[in-house]
Amino acid sequence: MSGETSLAWQALRERAGERAALLGAEGVPTKRVEAWHYTSLQPLNQVKWQAAPALDEAQVGARLSELNLPKGQGLVVFANGRFCAGLSSLPETVKQGSGEDEANEPALLADRFAAQLNAALRQPGLNLHVPEGCDAGLLVLVSLTEGDEVSTHLHHRITLEKGARLSLLDVQLGRGRYFTNPQLDVECAEGAHLTHVTRQDESAEAIRLGISGARIEGRGNYDSFTLNQGGALARQEVVSRLEGAFANVNVNAIQLIDGARLNDLTSMIHHASPDCTSRQTVRTVLSEAGQGVFQGKILVDQVAQKTDGYQMNQALLLSEKGQMNSKPELEIYADDVKCSHGATVGALDEDQLFYMRSRGVPEAQARDALVQAFLFETVELIEDETLREHLLKALPGYV
Amino acid sequence: MNDFLKIEGLKAQIDADGTPKEILKGLDLNIPKGEVHAIMGPNGSGKSTLSYVLAGREEYEVTGGTASFKGQDLLELEPEERAALGVFLAFQSPVELPGVNNANFLRTAVNAVRRARGEEELDAVAFLKLAREETARLSMSGEMLKRAVNVGFSGGEKKRNEVLQMRLLQPSLAILDETDSGLDIDALRIVAEGVNSLRGPDFSALVITHHQRLLEYIVPDRVHVMAHGRIIHSGGPEVATQLEKQGYKQFLEAAQ
Ligand SMILES: Nc1ncnc2c1ncn2[C@@H]1O[C@H](COP(=O)(O)OP(=O)(O)OP(=O)(O)O)[C@@H](O)[C@H]1O
Ligand SMILES: [Mg+2]
Repeated sequence: MSGETSLAWQALRERAGERAALLGAEGVPTKRVEAWHYTSLQPLNQVKWQAAPALDEAQVGARLSELNLPKGQGLVVFANGRFCAGLSSLPETVKQGSGEDEANEPALLADRFAAQLNAALRQPGLNLHVPEGCDAGLLVLVSLTEGDEVSTHLHHRITLEKGARLSLLDVQLGRGRYFTNPQLDVECAEGAHLTHVTRQDESAEAIRLGISGARIEGRGNYDSFTLNQGGALARQEVVSRLEGAFANVNVNAIQLIDGARLNDLTSMIHHASPDCTSRQTVRTVLSEAGQGVFQGKILVDQVAQKTDGYQMNQALLLSEKGQMNSKPELEIYADDVKCSHGATVGALDEDQLFYMRSRGVPEAQARDALVQAFLFETVELIEDETLREHLLKALPGYV
Repeated sequence: MNDFLKIEGLKAQIDADGTPKEILKGLDLNIPKGEVHAIMGPNGSGKSTLSYVLAGREEYEVTGGTASFKGQDLLELEPEERAALGVFLAFQSPVELPGVNNANFLRTAVNAVRRARGEEELDAVAFLKLAREETARLSMSGEMLKRAVNVGFSGGEKKRNEVLQMRLLQPSLAILDETDSGLDIDALRIVAEGVNSLRGPDFSALVITHHQRLLEYIVPDRVHVMAHGRIIHSGGPEVATQLEKQGYKQFLEAAQ
């Protein structure tokens, strides 16, 4: 079944109506498309995705209480793509923006399939404006999806004005064989700081194509961390553009992949200004027949002198059936830059295992502890203690 | 004679890039209960290999002979079972565990061993109190407990951390593989004191060293000379003094 004639494609086009034009003519990308070489969208093709029906707010509320969410200054809940007013509260300092403002939409994501799909089918999500100099504290965003053969396409937008600060805990979960395709647009004005921790805990049968795009102005900081651990097929795409001097972006992630699931972290870090820094540590743990994908591109424009970029991608293979595909890419047009990158794939270290066991720690426990340690070092990159603790507790086997 | 650690005709090999390489070539050694024995031997003679084989490292394949401890076939047991039975190896090169907090690791180890020995586990408070006492006794800074196991520790700090683990795990057979190398003069005395304080009727030790100096502090009941994967000579503490003065030559020649 080819991409453009698939059941899914027809159903999605139909739902998009006149916006179907935004989808282009090629259909769902095949493995021949470079960006989808390691991650096959075949499973997406096979279902006639319908709009997801509204969920009962009381039941959504019950689900929330199971999540041990940290108490922040605000909580915003979406269920099956719909805003749950009764469960949400925003701090007074921030504004929920009004409507869609597509004229100002950055072209950052234009050629990316997940964003095109979102543009055609989008549902209004969080649209947040943090005013100049305001520290909005911690905001928890929950997106719950339930059902089979249904899809949601939330579109969120966060704008931080000069010197504004916000921490966002972005929790995504669900039940059933659904498809979720959220997009987040981020604007960090001068000196603004957004911490964005994504906890991707989708159902093990779900398909997810999540994407975020961040524009960061001078001395701004977009500090992102993704925990990818759900979905049968789940890509998180993080695209960022450093647009003013001394800006920084962090694109860190952990992927925990078991069963026959595929998790994918695809990122683009675009240094479009001089003197900026970017940091990326991605660690993947593969067990059973899990498949991991990491595609990380760093693009340094000619003007972006004194760029300081760091990328490290490490995978731990706990079973012989697991598979990791990594594609780091550096494209550098400036001559005075410091960009280091590295990648490793391997099993647990036998010396470390033996050392622990010789101290009486049973083998299974020693293995777990070493996996935890591998992850822990990455979680440590989250500066905010509340978010760090929350994420640690979301990891399996955490003690 | 009481059988505590009893090794007979032990042979072990390692896979060196596809070809088996025999390292232990029929080694005999008995350490009775309550005794401290030393092994000295040239580089590459197989001392560390012996210690690994006794601790249960899978990389080394035992191809002959026996090793029993407290009447049990040691070679049948998993490394963690050996630890529970009372075997402790202080590594010649302690392993770094990035991301594993030293205090957590020590508590996990102590409680795993206590559980296996049918003793009650220590709670966090009781453990920390004990660990603080022991670090102070070894003149280690309390900071060491907060760091990742051995990561960024100096050579001497790693060795002290080994002795700390030994003290906390209360083994009945401690194998110290060159624990004295890399230690400054004061540390040597402190570490020796850490071992001596465990000495008693139920504690035995196998001290592997290149230097007679350590054996001035930990006076051994017997000294064995190891070469080419075998014990080639055994005697009292005077053997160490003799080696220090004359080297291995006479023992190697006599063994030919
Ligand atoms: N993993 C291995 N692969 C190949 N050869 C090995 C391996 N481990 C040990 N050997 C070899 O076995 C021999 C004995 O090594 P071992 O480390 O036991 O010696 P040692 O007596 O402890 O030496 P030292 O006094 O230098 O610590 C050496 O020749 C060493 O190179
Ligand atoms: Mg050695």
